[in-house]
Amino acid sequence: MEIVLSLAIGILTASGLWLLFRPRTFQVILGLSLLSYAVNLFIIAAGRLRTDAPPIVGKGAADPAAYADPVPQALVLTAIVISFATTALLLVVLMASRGLTGTDHVDGEDGEA
Amino acid sequence: MTGWLAHLVIVPILLPLVASAFMLSMDERRRTAKRILSLGVSALLVGAAALLLWSARESGPVAYRIGDWPSPFAITLVADRLSAMMLLLTSILGFTSLFYATARWDRSGPRFHALFLLLLMGINGAFLTGDIFNLFVFFEVLLAASYGLILHGSGTERTSASLHYIAINIAASLLFLVGVALLYSVTGTLNMADLAVSLSSAADENLALLEAGAAILGVAFLVKAGIWPLCFWLPRTYAAASPPVAAVFAIMTKVGIYVILRLSFLLFGKDSGGAAGFANDALLYAGLATMVFGIVGILAARHLTRIAGHYVLVSSGILLSAIGIGGEALTAALLFYLVSSTLAVSALYLLIEPVERHADEADIIEGISEPVFDDEYVGAIEEEETEEGVIIPGTIAILGGGFIFCALLLAGLPPLSGFIAKFALIDALFRHVSIALSHWALIALIILSGLATTIAMTRAGIDRLWTPGEDSPSRLSLVEVTPIGLLLTVCLTLMLAAGPAMDFMQATAGALHDPGSYIEAAGPAVQGGGAR
Repeated sequence: MEIVLSLAIGILTASGLWLLFRPRTFQVILGLSLLSYAVNLFIIAAGRLRTDAPPIVGKGAADPAAYADPVPQALVLTAIVISFATTALLLVVLMASRGLTGTDHVDGEDGEA
Repeated sequence: MTGWLAHLVIVPILLPLVASAFMLSMDERRRTAKRILSLGVSALLVGAAALLLWSARESGPVAYRIGDWPSPFAITLVADRLSAMMLLLTSILGFTSLFYATARWDRSGPRFHALFLLLLMGINGAFLTGDIFNLFVFFEVLLAASYGLILHGSGTERTSASLHYIAINIAASLLFLVGVALLYSVTGTLNMADLAVSLSSAADENLALLEAGAAILGVAFLVKAGIWPLCFWLPRTYAAASPPVAAVFAIMTKVGIYVILRLSFLLFGKDSGGAAGFANDALLYAGLATMVFGIVGILAARHLTRIAGHYVLVSSGILLSAIGIGGEALTAALLFYLVSSTLAVSALYLLIEPVERHADEADIIEGISEPVFDDEYVGAIEEEETEEGVIIPGTIAILGGGFIFCALLLAGLPPLSGFIAKFALIDALFRHVSIALSHWALIALIILSGLATTIAMTRAGIDRLWTPGEDSPSRLSLVEVTPIGLLLTVCLTLMLAAGPAMDFMQATAGALHDPGSYIEAAGPAVQGGGAR
């Protein structure tokens, strides 16, 4: 499982970075989204990978070793909400910029290319 | 700390949040009510911050655990001297900028007041929180509000500048999360005080991972602080923002500086074993590079907004390299410089718009009356000059006076607080037993930055204020002059009360270098007691 997860994080990060450095605004947004998926997976991995372990302790005394760490899951939840909101905002700015400048280049003007 | 005073710590976060949420439900046309409400809230924030500062000075750091959960699990807010001082600075800037905005800026787009109060809430929260994940949340709140405020007023320049600003800040936030995750995976805690404790006893094999985490986290803050080479967005974005927004943004780079100050002393102070002094050299050299970039930028800038933007970079550079060198006396001096330069830059941002407005008019008039051949109207002009050359219109006098004041403050010329701050910095550097080459470089750059600022401000002043034009109509409203005057008065007070202020900074620096009381107040060792 470790190798699959780390490959997934690596590929998402690499594609995200490549898209982030592209000149079109839409590519930049997709790049940021891919990067945020990679970061979310990374946070989950920071809480150690467990299968079949619930994060919420039931009633009565319980052995903490039988449960997954709930903190990274809470962090990821927060991070997802925040990145969702900022991506939505960035999309609006992208549309406004496209409307005002007439191009989808990140600098608001097309180079020679 | 007893009774209602114990809950004061959360007021700087709750008050603007509630007011802002309430304002969203108000009709956009009820401008007067909104203005009164937001000005009232920001005035109350000044009061709350002053009270917190007083109580932190009297009785040391105060921790507030929301919901009275035990320490490492609770959302902890901590008000110590440094946080309270930054809160007071924020609320003063917030109040003056809001006041200025009521001249006409709050009408150029919807929801200005609600966004502005949310920005204040985010900044206050970032200064108060004692937990790195909540720091992330408050950072996002202040950034989200700042995205809205940058766009306030719309226009092509603002939209494309904010596109860069938003993209860079989202990328930096992702780095922030990676850093938090790395620190959590090694230490298992997010509480800053708890982190400091577990870092001092971290095993050697984990040290590399910890340092990597802290470095990635640091990059996220350095982007906010505008360090070279991560600062290219800053001058353009700040120049594109409307004046009251830019004035309050002057504190946003300081949020990055504050976090670096807090975390580097808390996590990598002298008690923290193998990781002590981590990244200090990197901060020092990056700070020096930022200063060089800022100085060149100041000299090359053709617009006042660009000068101000590059000055923000220079002051970030000075602060970061001073943090890198460390030492109590230098830390005290850098805190003084932080307060003084933030106030001065904010005043300059407010002043720029009236000055440029006047200059624009002069340009137009000049263009009409310009003689085609140089010698054509010589006689006529001289005659006029003898008649009314000495009359200086009141507007120009006020603007010019404020401009000179700002220039002296920014350049660090005597007798104002900017001079005292730079003097204290250089004095503290000379007190080191052996002065390294990099310290000499910092001293030279501090003095050079003053020279560059003087040159640029003189040039801009001659260009904008002295260029002869027709008498400008005195359209400077009291609403615009008062906040500038207030900010400059605070600087004057800082100059007159430099002794007590410096004493306070000394004690703050002492507490930063010896974070025992902070850890005791916010850390997990204390049993029970929500708000002590």
